[in-house]
Amino acid sequence: MTEAAISVEGLRKKFGSVVALDGIDFDVPAGSVFGLLGPNGAGKTTAVRILTTILTPDGGRAKVLGRDVVKDQSFVRASIGLAGQFAAVDENLTGSENLRLIGKLTHMPRHLIKARVDELLERFDLTEAATRPSKTYSGGMKRRLDVAAALVHRPPVLFLDEPTTGLDPAGRADVWEMVEELVTDGTTVLLTTQYLEEADRLAEQLAVVDHGKVIASGSPAKLKATIGSTVIDFGLSSQAAAKRAAKVLIGLTTSEPIVDGKTVEINAKDGAKVLPDLLRALDKARIKPTTINLREPSLDDVFLALTGHKAEEEAA
Amino acid sequence: MATVTVDGTDSTDSTAPPTSLVGHERSALSWALADGLAVTWRNLIAITRIPDAMFFSSIQPIMFILLFRYVFGGAIQTPGIRYVDYLMPGIFVQTIAFGAIGTAVGLADDMSKGLIERFRSLPMARSAVLVGRTTADLVRNVWVIILMTGVGYLVGFRVHNGFFGYLAGVGILLLFSYAVAWGFATIGLMASSGETAQLMVFPVLMPLTFASGAFVPVATMPGWLQAFARNQPVTAVVDATRALMNGGVPTGEPVFRALAWSIGLLCVLAPIAVARYRKAV
Repeated sequence: MTEAAISVEGLRKKFGSVVALDGIDFDVPAGSVFGLLGPNGAGKTTAVRILTTILTPDGGRAKVLGRDVVKDQSFVRASIGLAGQFAAVDENLTGSENLRLIGKLTHMPRHLIKARVDELLERFDLTEAATRPSKTYSGGMKRRLDVAAALVHRPPVLFLDEPTTGLDPAGRADVWEMVEELVTDGTTVLLTTQYLEEADRLAEQLAVVDHGKVIASGSPAKLKATIGSTVIDFGLSSQAAAKRAAKVLIGLTTSEPIVDGKTVEINAKDGAKVLPDLLRALDKARIKPTTINLREPSLDDVFLALTGHKAEEEAA
Repeated sequence: MATVTVDGTDSTDSTAPPTSLVGHERSALSWALADGLAVTWRNLIAITRIPDAMFFSSIQPIMFILLFRYVFGGAIQTPGIRYVDYLMPGIFVQTIAFGAIGTAVGLADDMSKGLIERFRSLPMARSAVLVGRTTADLVRNVWVIILMTGVGYLVGFRVHNGFFGYLAGVGILLLFSYAVAWGFATIGLMASSGETAQLMVFPVLMPLTFASGAFVPVATMPGWLQAFARNQPVTAVVDATRALMNGGVPTGEPVFRALAWSIGLLCVLAPIAVARYRKAV
């Protein structure tokens, strides 16, 4: 019995003449973390808004726990939690009042609300700040309160729309830890993100979205295998030198070197191991790189490998 | 997915999906009321968290009382009634009408923030945001009327028709304020921000409150203006409140006119606000 907690089939949505979703499909197994990875304007948020019953799709089907998000809105709303890119908390209310409000509005039995609110404040490290208006909170605290608010009624399915956008590294690490903990509860999490690193760390399965379409899907490991797990950038003194270096490096790794201005970018399965070979080859050809940079692939690299173009920045 | 064994224990604890704590066992209408109350509670807390806004919004009507009582009042003839007794019902109506700006601004602010987005993903009644906003403002108006009555007493205002006359007047005022709140809620939903909402309501408010019987007898106005002033809701509500609080005149006709205006406005404005809300979200 591996029924999908979320299933999306040929989902379409247009805003005027702008196509936000152009027939998108994916399934999220119950109890797993699923990542929707893509640049701004790829359609991630639109998909989340349809799945959380906020928007009606123009075509296709979307189900949460086997129930249609359009026909069975009240069931779906009772089963989901949503935390968005902007902390959706009332700034005038304290942390504890914010959570109690959600408890009331999700029609929880009165006697359960207080215990649940205290439990969440404790878990999200907000007990001390619980009686302060949330406008006094730091960005990271507000985001934690926002996620806590999404969990008050203990929804089996949680949507996190870019939960770390705009957070500092410490806040980001907080959110990551929180998501990992949720999965141990059995909650199904759908997460959207622009960061490959985040998707890689949290998601068991990924769908890469571009222009309202899924352009690749699978486990992060599989996706990385297609593009290599390390990116090596060689900086050279001129574009001509870069082009010469690229020629020298052809065939040394599984991917083709790409020239971008004065840099040569090359993907490798294991950067640390192939780096000496690459340097030796360059040395033999008497090419001296001015800089060498070894890094994890970014969303741009994934897009470059999958589509041949970099992730485009577009307004959502 | 987890399988649950006969004795109710989970055989696969670590992957058991959480059970939602959402309750279902009440009728839609009773949930709609409960949701409306929950949002009312939230809005009232917000008012207490910004006490300086409450303080300064009380200063303006007090200035108006002093202005008309001591600066303009001497020049205004109100046959058969002391000017301060004539003035106060007008001040009450003006204050609650201007107070409804808060309804428009509050709602416009709500709509521009992420909270409404979350509300729309919850199993709550759609009406709760509007009901909660207008009801919280109704509660605020009770306080405002009590405060203005107190200030009025300090400058010589007296109720000449007994406590129940006063209460009936307050009732008329509150009903009117509720109707106005729904109208201003619509403006708040149309505005792109709280600031815009504030600018949008003034052209509506100024003629309604000043070209009325609130501060001067309508009979002193030029004929064309009288036609407007006699047939608009502020005059109707001021006349009814004045009759109920001051006594000495028949109350039936003015009260009927005030009720007709308020109920009529409510029946027209509330559905417009609801339709606008559905469209906006």
